[in-house]
Amino acid sequence: MQEIHLIETVGLSKRYPGVLALNSVDFDLKAGEVHVLFGENGAGKSTLISMLAGANNPSGGHIHLNGKEVHFDNVADAQNVGIYTVFQEFSLIPTLTVAQNIFLGWEPMNGPFVDHRAMRRRAKEMFDDLDFPIDPNEITARLSRAQQQMVEITKAFHGDLSVLILDEPTASLTDREVDHLFEFIESLKARGVGIIYISHRMQEFTRIADRITVLRDGAKVGTVAMADTNDDTLVEMMTGRAISEIYPTIERNPGEVLLEAKHIRTAGVYDSSLEIRAGEVLGVAGLVGSGKSRLFRTLMGLTTRVKGEIRLKGEDISHASTRDIIRKGMFYLSPDRKAEGLDLIKTSNDNLAVNLVMGGCGVSRRGTINWGEVRARSNEIAEHVELDEGYRQKLVSQLSGGNQQKVLFGKCFGQDADIYILDEPTVGVDMGTRAALYLLIKELAEAGKAVVVISSDLPEVLHLSHRMLVLAHGHLTAELSGDEMTEDQVLKYFFDESGAKI
Amino acid sequence: MSEETKRSGVLDWITRVFVRVGVLPFFLVGALIIFTALSSKFLTGQNLINVARQSVYLVLVSMGQMLVLISGGFDLSVGTAIALTSVVSALGMVWFAGMFPDMIWLAIMLGAFMGFGAALLVGLANGIGVAYFEVSPFIMTLGVSSVGAGFALFLTGGVPVSGMPFAFADTFGFGRLWGIPVPVIVAIICIIAMWVFMSRTRLGTQIYAVGGNIKAAHLSAINTKRALMLAYVVCALIASLTGLLLTARVESGEANLGGTIALESIAAAVIAGVSLRGGIGRVENVVLGAFFIVLVQNGMNLAQVSSYMQMVLLGALLILAVIFDQIRYRIIMSGR
Repeated sequence: MQEIHLIETVGLSKRYPGVLALNSVDFDLKAGEVHVLFGENGAGKSTLISMLAGANNPSGGHIHLNGKEVHFDNVADAQNVGIYTVFQEFSLIPTLTVAQNIFLGWEPMNGPFVDHRAMRRRAKEMFDDLDFPIDPNEITARLSRAQQQMVEITKAFHGDLSVLILDEPTASLTDREVDHLFEFIESLKARGVGIIYISHRMQEFTRIADRITVLRDGAKVGTVAMADTNDDTLVEMMTGRAISEIYPTIERNPGEVLLEAKHIRTAGVYDSSLEIRAGEVLGVAGLVGSGKSRLFRTLMGLTTRVKGEIRLKGEDISHASTRDIIRKGMFYLSPDRKAEGLDLIKTSNDNLAVNLVMGGCGVSRRGTINWGEVRARSNEIAEHVELDEGYRQKLVSQLSGGNQQKVLFGKCFGQDADIYILDEPTVGVDMGTRAALYLLIKELAEAGKAVVVISSDLPEVLHLSHRMLVLAHGHLTAELSGDEMTEDQVLKYFFDESGAKI
Repeated sequence: MSEETKRSGVLDWITRVFVRVGVLPFFLVGALIIFTALSSKFLTGQNLINVARQSVYLVLVSMGQMLVLISGGFDLSVGTAIALTSVVSALGMVWFAGMFPDMIWLAIMLGAFMGFGAALLVGLANGIGVAYFEVSPFIMTLGVSSVGAGFALFLTGGVPVSGMPFAFADTFGFGRLWGIPVPVIVAIICIIAMWVFMSRTRLGTQIYAVGGNIKAAHLSAINTKRALMLAYVVCALIASLTGLLLTARVESGEANLGGTIALESIAAAVIAGVSLRGGIGRVENVVLGAFFIVLVQNGMNLAQVSSYMQMVLLGALLILAVIFDQIRYRIIMSGR
């Protein structure tokens, strides 16, 4: 019997200038199933759903809905045929009420006027129906992230919902909220809605997935039924290599304590004390919102310091400006390379040059710059971080995430420092590039520098660090080293709600 | 077939030139063709030299404007800086000349310094507002522009300040050195200094970095507040210098000098490829951009376009340049 799929893509491709983001992917979704899309950042998951959602046009291939070929010019087209997507970035207007958001563009009218009463009543009915405890009159900005997500999902129920696409829906939800979401997904399945679910969290798959499609580098690796697979197989499918090929062994050679922070307090971080040592990789783990990044941004003077004392090589830097702290030998690699890491409209050479010039490279005694010298040095650095020669003259905005991250790492080598704080050093970077970046971390640590790796990618922290800190809800919940550094241990402290101090 | 490839080759070349240098070369060629057709006097050596001399003032102000644009803002108060300099320095010169009638050059210098001082205050106010209080450059410079213009009118009661020392106008307005008008020499010195500053010094590099991505600049140990501050102060001082040269030209201190120069200088810079988003811009192109604006004004005068219609065309030209800048940015970002 020929089965008709709810959605089917045939040879779907998307080409961006210089990149094949999606390479001829066949994908299908049955009614009443949860189909998980799994893969690394940049594997093509987002590209695939953006085309199913109508946010993007395919460069090749077809999309079939119930056996008929469809074309979407925009998101509204897709919504009209019952495909609704909840993106990671919500499309809610924070200043409007919840009801106004739900009915944005669909406002119930009373003659020429918006019927606010009907709008509130219907929003209330929809929330009751979905069992979401939200007040339709609340201003959207006041809701928690989980509640906002519920509003986002509620918006999907205007018309006949047949396909719901959820992009990393649990990224910032608490356990209880996740439970609630999963119950809801079950009830949707029972109604015959097909669900495409994107997530990195493998522990969730066993709970909800029916089938899993793994993508790597824009191509489909395979589709497997959840019942026939396990975590190890999935990771191997995702990365295409064994774990040992990715993470290098970093020699531990602990030197003196370079930085000592005591009783640090700031918004979202409570009373945290830590030490950073030379010749050691300090890993920092925690969920999104645990304050792991914030704690170190506070050390760098990037957020307001409420309380606490920070000593860098014996010198008090509790009130120093970021600029002074950088000059005294701390380097901070931003987790957001586009917003605060790179100058996107310049070439990688120019981006590296800023740090070189600030570090005094090529600056004569009279204060003029010898660009030849700076260029030569930035080329050396580009060589060192394995940035392909052809990319060096290109604008950074045109490079892939992995190459952008190489440029950002290159900035580390432009300014000499003793402590390198790497905040999410491999976010959105493919495995090949990751392995290269890890070697750079190894090089720094083995050269006697102190390296701090803050990451939401737990395997990364576990494999690279000699010692690690775990944060939960703004509290340092554990300091682990040696054999204590196991995934189970760390996860236990991830959800430590007691706020106990170590 | 070959006809087609040739055509696409030309189009390709045009796109490449457009992405590299912006819209200026096309505008310049267009203006030359149109105005040569409209007036026989346009494309003569005499007229072009004339344009070069008249463009000195806009060239100077545009370079200051460029600095602020590269830092990621813009300065609407350049006209006010000019007016304030004119009024204050004229009042100063008249007053000091009365005090030391035998040392006229001392009086001129003191008056000029007072003018610079007034413009420095304008620049500092802009810089402090934008860098330290993070007021949007639009509101900050618009507000300062009103404050400054009000002071200039208040100081003079709206009447031009006359009775300035003859030597001042003789030298800086109409004087020549080695046969070259003094304002032109001043402009050339400024252009060279500006070029060296932007391309050969650390501070110049920092201003580019701040305009490109202020957070990334902050994380590269750059004093972003100082860089912003510097951009506004230097812009005001260059405007002030322009104000002195214009004062010398009209031989009186006038509160209505520089009325349209904010718009003109922004147009000149944007046409010359300075990005309104900051981070991009070259001194030599901006000089050419300012020259272009004056050339168009000159051409319109020769073609007997009324001054009211000239305002219309200038505004349209600015908007057109911004639209082209937008298109260019999109092409650059999409990586074609």
